[in-house]
Amino acid sequence: MLAPFCEGEAAEEPVVRLGQQAAGWWERQGVSVTRRGTVVVTLNRDRRELDRFARRTEGHTRLDAAALAALEPDLAGRFDQALHVTDEAHLDPRAALRHLRARLEGDGVSFVAEPGRGDGLTFDCRGLAARDAFPDLRGVKGEMAVLRAPDINLSRPVRLLHPRFPLYVVPRADGHFMLGATQIESDDRRRRVRSVLELLSAAYALHPVFGEAELVEIGADARPAFPDNLPRLIRRGETIHVNGLFRHGFLLAPALARMAVDMACDRGKPEFYHADHG
Amino acid sequence: MRLYGTEITSRLMLGTAQYPSPAVLAESFRRSGAGIATISVRREAGGDRAGAGFWNLVRDLGVALLPNTAGCHSVREAVTTAQMARELFDTPWIKLEVIGHADTLQPDPFGLVEAARILTDEGFNVFPYTTEDVVLADRLLQAGCEVLMPWGAPIGTGLGLTNIYGLRTLRAQFPDLPMVVDAGLGLPSQAAMAMEMGYDAVLLNTAVAKAGDPAAMAEGFARAVEAGRLAHEADPMEPRDMAAPSTPVIGRAFLS
Repeated sequence: MLAPFCEGEAAEEPVVRLGQQAAGWWERQGVSVTRRGTVVVTLNRDRRELDRFARRTEGHTRLDAAALAALEPDLAGRFDQALHVTDEAHLDPRAALRHLRARLEGDGVSFVAEPGRGDGLTFDCRGLAARDAFPDLRGVKGEMAVLRAPDINLSRPVRLLHPRFPLYVVPRADGHFMLGATQIESDDRRRRVRSVLELLSAAYALHPVFGEAELVEIGADARPAFPDNLPRLIRRGETIHVNGLFRHGFLLAPALARMAVDMACDRGKPEFYHADHG
Repeated sequence: MRLYGTEITSRLMLGTAQYPSPAVLAESFRRSGAGIATISVRREAGGDRAGAGFWNLVRDLGVALLPNTAGCHSVREAVTTAQMARELFDTPWIKLEVIGHADTLQPDPFGLVEAARILTDEGFNVFPYTTEDVVLADRLLQAGCEVLMPWGAPIGTGLGLTNIYGLRTLRAQFPDLPMVVDAGLGLPSQAAMAMEMGYDAVLLNTAVAKAGDPAAMAEGFARAVEAGRLAHEADPMEPRDMAAPSTPVIGRAFLS
């Protein structure tokens, strides 16, 4: 998801501002980006959550039941109000990376899996694996599931606000949906039953048709994050470390890449420059 | 305020979950001067020390740590989690939660007493998350607890003190026992009220962590706690029905 406005509910201002550039950047690389915004809903008893979310975010319009049904017909009758965050987008992250790689290889870039480093400047983007260099880098666990549910059609990501089990559902090709994501202060990477139960229960509450879906994949990983949950660019000798993108990898990577290049070319200190105290 | 022999200067305790970031969490502690941080062990542990990155940041707050058994629904789970917490944080303190109802997160009173007894026998200093029930409170004291943490309202609701009569009765029943109103507070005024009633401290998490500006809300709670405590120590006047003017009324027909 490229959802800078929704992320603004809890994220710092730079995430919202810089994240708005992301969809255009990915499109310019030839990646398939769908720009249909995001729908935000709550269950009836959590209705105040929608008001709170609306107060703390920007870029949305309020929908009544009829407007929601017009936007997403398969949600008709399930929610009497919603938000439409109009200027958000979504892409398939794996497809996007495959596309980037193919393009780079076409330009003569070679990919190697062996450890080691070449001559000259190195960009270290190892994420949590760079914890040896940054003791305050921590893992924040995220778990997701992929379902195949051909009986429901959603054309844009849907967020279900819930005080305990928030959920987003992102439509993918061929009736597939990605459900995400837990956020646990842990670098454990095991797939836990409890988390999957929460994700699936929330999806079922969003629409019962997910109860009949095929469970295609369950994933778990740990997001690299610094204490302020904002990324950092740190230079140590001939290495520029780019890290701490937390849950905003695809959203902030374009801006971070530009800043890293600026740093490499000595064009001043970029916004996420961080003085090295290590 | 002494809790299990340890002097605690701040009467505000804060949870450490759900903040936008650890940096915001740290700023909230700094602005509030909270003296105790509760920390969840169970989910973050991941079977070993997978939560260490976050726990280290909480340790850096420089306040006393009170690990909890949040999310435990059975005596066995709670006891195991407490044992793990003691090993991880090197403290005998444990905030004991044994949840009995999934929707309201209401404590299981029977499991709570049983777990408190087991943990006390194992040398823990138990801070039980309980209701305002005086009979249950008595059982917890018999089980070895020296501090009680009655709820204001169900966890995360922000409803405030939903049973003022019950909380007054509990306070009056055990006037010398350290008691902390834990959970359900949404506004500083509710914390002030608990302190005015004579409670020794308040513990909250969601009201601060989920505020639009958590650090400002934390400071708001800190001021309210201080105001409420001052009011309690100042021996408030008793309310009465008849108006009592503070300016002279001689010369007016005030008895007519």
